[in-house]
Amino acid sequence: MSFSVVKGSGYVLVHTPDMIIHSGTTQTSERIVNPESDYLKNLPKFLRSYDEVVSYPANQTYIGNITPDELSQYDLPWYDKKIENADRFGKFGEIMPQDEFIGLMKIADAFDLVKLNKEFTVSVKEKLQKHPLISDDLIAKLKDGDEMSDINKSINELHAEPIYNDNKIVGCVKRAHEIDINLNAHTIFENLVVKASGALAMLNLLDKNSINPQDIEYVIECSEEACGDMNQRGGGNFAKSIAEMTGCVNATGSDTRGFCAAPTHALIEAAALVQSGVFENVVIVAGGATAKLGMNGKDHVKKDMPVLEDVLGGFAVLVSKNDGKNPILRTDLVGRHTVGTGSSPQAVITSLITAPLDKGELKITDIDKYSVEMQNPDVTKPAGAGDVPTSNYKMIGALGVKRNELERKELNNFVTKHGMPGWAPTQGHIPSGVPYIGFGREAIVNEEINRVMIVGKGSLFLGRMTNLFDGVSIVMEKNSGKTEDSKGVSEEEVKGLVAEAMREFASHLLGN
Amino acid sequence: MGRFDGKKIIIIGDRDGIPAPAIEECLKSTEAEVVFSSTECFV
Repeated sequence: MSFSVVKGSGYVLVHTPDMIIHSGTTQTSERIVNPESDYLKNLPKFLRSYDEVVSYPANQTYIGNITPDELSQYDLPWYDKKIENADRFGKFGEIMPQDEFIGLMKIADAFDLVKLNKEFTVSVKEKLQKHPLISDDLIAKLKDGDEMSDINKSINELHAEPIYNDNKIVGCVKRAHEIDINLNAHTIFENLVVKASGALAMLNLLDKNSINPQDIEYVIECSEEACGDMNQRGGGNFAKSIAEMTGCVNATGSDTRGFCAAPTHALIEAAALVQSGVFENVVIVAGGATAKLGMNGKDHVKKDMPVLEDVLGGFAVLVSKNDGKNPILRTDLVGRHTVGTGSSPQAVITSLITAPLDKGELKITDIDKYSVEMQNPDVTKPAGAGDVPTSNYKMIGALGVKRNELERKELNNFVTKHGMPGWAPTQGHIPSGVPYIGFGREAIVNEEINRVMIVGKGSLFLGRMTNLFDGVSIVMEKNSGKTEDSKGVSEEEVKGLVAEAMREFASHLLGN
Repeated sequence: MGRFDGKKIIIIGDRDGIPAPAIEECLKSTEAEVVFSSTECFV
């Protein structure tokens, strides 16, 4: 069976300053335990404008307008640097402003739970009509808006969650059930954000890669939220709802969960579904998490810097039947952290990095780029969490030294050559392994590199069902140009035929 | 007597650094009492 290929990708960010204040858990928790805190009072002064978010070098990297190599030319911190003439649209996707996204949440709402006031509806409709990817059919779902008195009544008397824009209430998300916490206004708000941002990533994937939505057969959604009701809390299914919203009429789908590791799990699943011939075109997609907005905000404010966790992230990747051109997904070179692996850094890196390399008789240096936890260090370093990608590269390099595949003195060069600076927002699953798929695919197709390893890690212990964490990895490699069709019969089939002939010959000898 | 003998230990591990079970394993050869052990995710 022929390996599947990565045919395209889409990456989106959504600037959501008001959602930092009203939906990010650092802020909502602070409002409960310390409502008069200086942090909450000062926070609005530390929010960036949309233009600042668009011109921020890490964000321009996320949507493909500058490469990781170009980003690495900028010295940290990056928040005081800007890309001149930065565009909200990029090669891989876009950075959407909050008002348009609130409109998209209304469009994503299939149960009339989102109410937007008339004035806001008129203004956002005008903006979305100019958006290249939002069709008239989608815009029609905005309808005409609601009276502010009805919205206030829903918020004040019926437990609806307010929707803020520019610090003003412009609408609300109603609860979908009177007592079911899984369908309360807060959960529905979070889930509509996942659906809308996931759909935006899907629309960008389809558009930027000229893919017909009708060709998509299966969608795997791999974010970290759960949709369901009190009888099936994580029943799902974001995947099919995103497929429906984006015109993928021939698709079904399902949600895969694994904390931050889920996108890489989903990539392996997609590769397996395509390679086995079950489906020809599988999309993995994820929306963003409001809960993580401003997660490290206290540290950022304390250090007198802007609150950088001000964007939701989303991505989508299409995995397709081997076309002889796009990079293949080596399902025979998959790494996994098993229950029995253990938790020492050496055991972890061995299971995720060197175990799959050994299967392919490859050295650590045979992988040109490792896409690990690509968290933006501009966000994490001031918060005391260090530079996560660099720590990962050092551990991989150290194992390379131990395996005699790398000189100790070459360790720093290894980090530069085989690693990259992190550019993805700290949205959990969003920075995990997948941010480089777009650049990696392009670099392989352009014959700049041969192999990339995608590594995802997930903090399962946060769910309190196990102390274990998790991780999986897969190698993406240059296509040899040989597909199953051009190959005729596989090597395995030839071996099988030869073995059968030998057995038959042997049986004749024994018989005589 | 070792540095940790007779001590009560609280372990906070880091998923992208040294996870708590690995630290706990290292303390098994001492007389320390691990009273709390948890790995946290700082990203």
